[in-house]
Amino acid sequence: MEKKTVLYDSHVKLGAKIVPFAGYLMPVQYTDILEEHMAVRQKAGLFDVSHMGEIMMEGPDAVANLNHLLTNDYTKMNVGRVRYSPMCYENGGVVDDLLVYKMGEEKYLIVVNASNKDKDYAWMKEHVQGDVTLKDISDEVVQIALQGPASDPILEKLTDLEKLPKKYYTFTENNEVGGISCLVSQTGYTGEFGYELYCSAAEGPRLWDMLLEAGKEAGLIPCGLGARDTLRLEAAMPLYGHEMDENITPLETGLDFAVKMNKEDFIGKAAMVEKGTPSITRVGLKVTGRGIVREHMDVLKDGKVIGHTTSGTYLPYLKGAYAMALVEAGSDELGTTVAVSVRGREIPCEITALPFYKREK
Amino acid sequence: MNSPAELKYSATHEWIREDGDTCLIGITDYAQDQLGSLVFVNLPMEGDELTAGEAFCDVESVKAVSDVIAPVSGTVTEVNEELADAPEKLNEDPYGAWICRVENCSFDHELMDAEAYAAFCEKEHE
Repeated sequence: MEKKTVLYDSHVKLGAKIVPFAGYLMPVQYTDILEEHMAVRQKAGLFDVSHMGEIMMEGPDAVANLNHLLTNDYTKMNVGRVRYSPMCYENGGVVDDLLVYKMGEEKYLIVVNASNKDKDYAWMKEHVQGDVTLKDISDEVVQIALQGPASDPILEKLTDLEKLPKKYYTFTENNEVGGISCLVSQTGYTGEFGYELYCSAAEGPRLWDMLLEAGKEAGLIPCGLGARDTLRLEAAMPLYGHEMDENITPLETGLDFAVKMNKEDFIGKAAMVEKGTPSITRVGLKVTGRGIVREHMDVLKDGKVIGHTTSGTYLPYLKGAYAMALVEAGSDELGTTVAVSVRGREIPCEITALPFYKREK
Repeated sequence: MNSPAELKYSATHEWIREDGDTCLIGITDYAQDQLGSLVFVNLPMEGDELTAGEAFCDVESVKAVSDVIAPVSGTVTEVNEELADAPEKLNEDPYGAWICRVENCSFDHELMDAEAYAAFCEKEHE
């Protein structure tokens, strides 16, 4: 039995196509994935991301535990900052990738993938030590993402822009958005400028409606998981279960910026040290032949399999087919011609730089 | 959903237009609506032998790839190459955007008239 976010009725009213995802009934699209994708790149889009998990970690030993559980370093971090990290198993494979919000010296909000939330919470519980508490607050929180260049003009109608976070990966608390108290971070999973707003579950539907109304003039439309996936792929953001999983280390999928090997110790470090230089690497593929390349397809170079695709489809802003792939290290030179085996046909592709799309600042 | 009276329809949502000795084949309005915006068509080739009930072409949306099933058996004599560069035509004008022309058509699969097909879609949608 799938759960519903508190915004489920709003989605149905808006005519969304609903699909089960990560244990929830979620909107995959309202009108059309291409249209929703372009709205985020050119105007603005509104996403219900309440299915994401939120876990509070509090106590004098919180930092020590974050540094032990996660591959990134949380020693030096100001209150009001957000920091990304993978969380690994002892073998170096990934439990999940997540965001940590520093709310106080001893208080952190951890935002995790919906599909991994229960597993993450159990893993953290099992591995925390000392004076620290964990609380799963997912059901009490609504998370709404407002993404796109028109995000500021839209929010200006509902709140004091001065109080909103000014820099990427920062947040502010107690923003009154249309009279609703929200934590607002300048984050997102689209590669576009925008915010993520967190408020109490009870206020969620009212916040959603107010944002949609405030954004009408600017071209804001509701967007589903379909566009969320094409947007993140265009921005080459990795997705758990695709570019990483329990058998792939963060180093193998190119997340070394978030793995601090110089840190004293963390779960998975020993395994990564032992593995040494990664034998596989994540690359971008631009389809140069005819067709669409999707996940789990073999990548061939000179007739030999050198890896497999992890995500891929038609990217609406770039108007072409692209994919990400994990391939043998050393076969990742930009411009190299490879082929992907698509249902018995070999489609030519070129190894191309990531991200595929980068917004102009 | 629109389903013109002069066409015949398959349960897998293809349409057939009899045109003299040949037939034109396409996908229905209901099909294109269910599939969403199409971004690629893997067209059949001239000379392909179609067997009713078997896939002869595939269409891809952002989310998925779907087979187009031959509603009749026969030989492909012409392919609407325009769709290769403009797959969106299947969404915009499903009954104008034919996929291929077939000769020596044999109607060995059960087909529906417009009225029966409309009722069939209605039922499927529930």
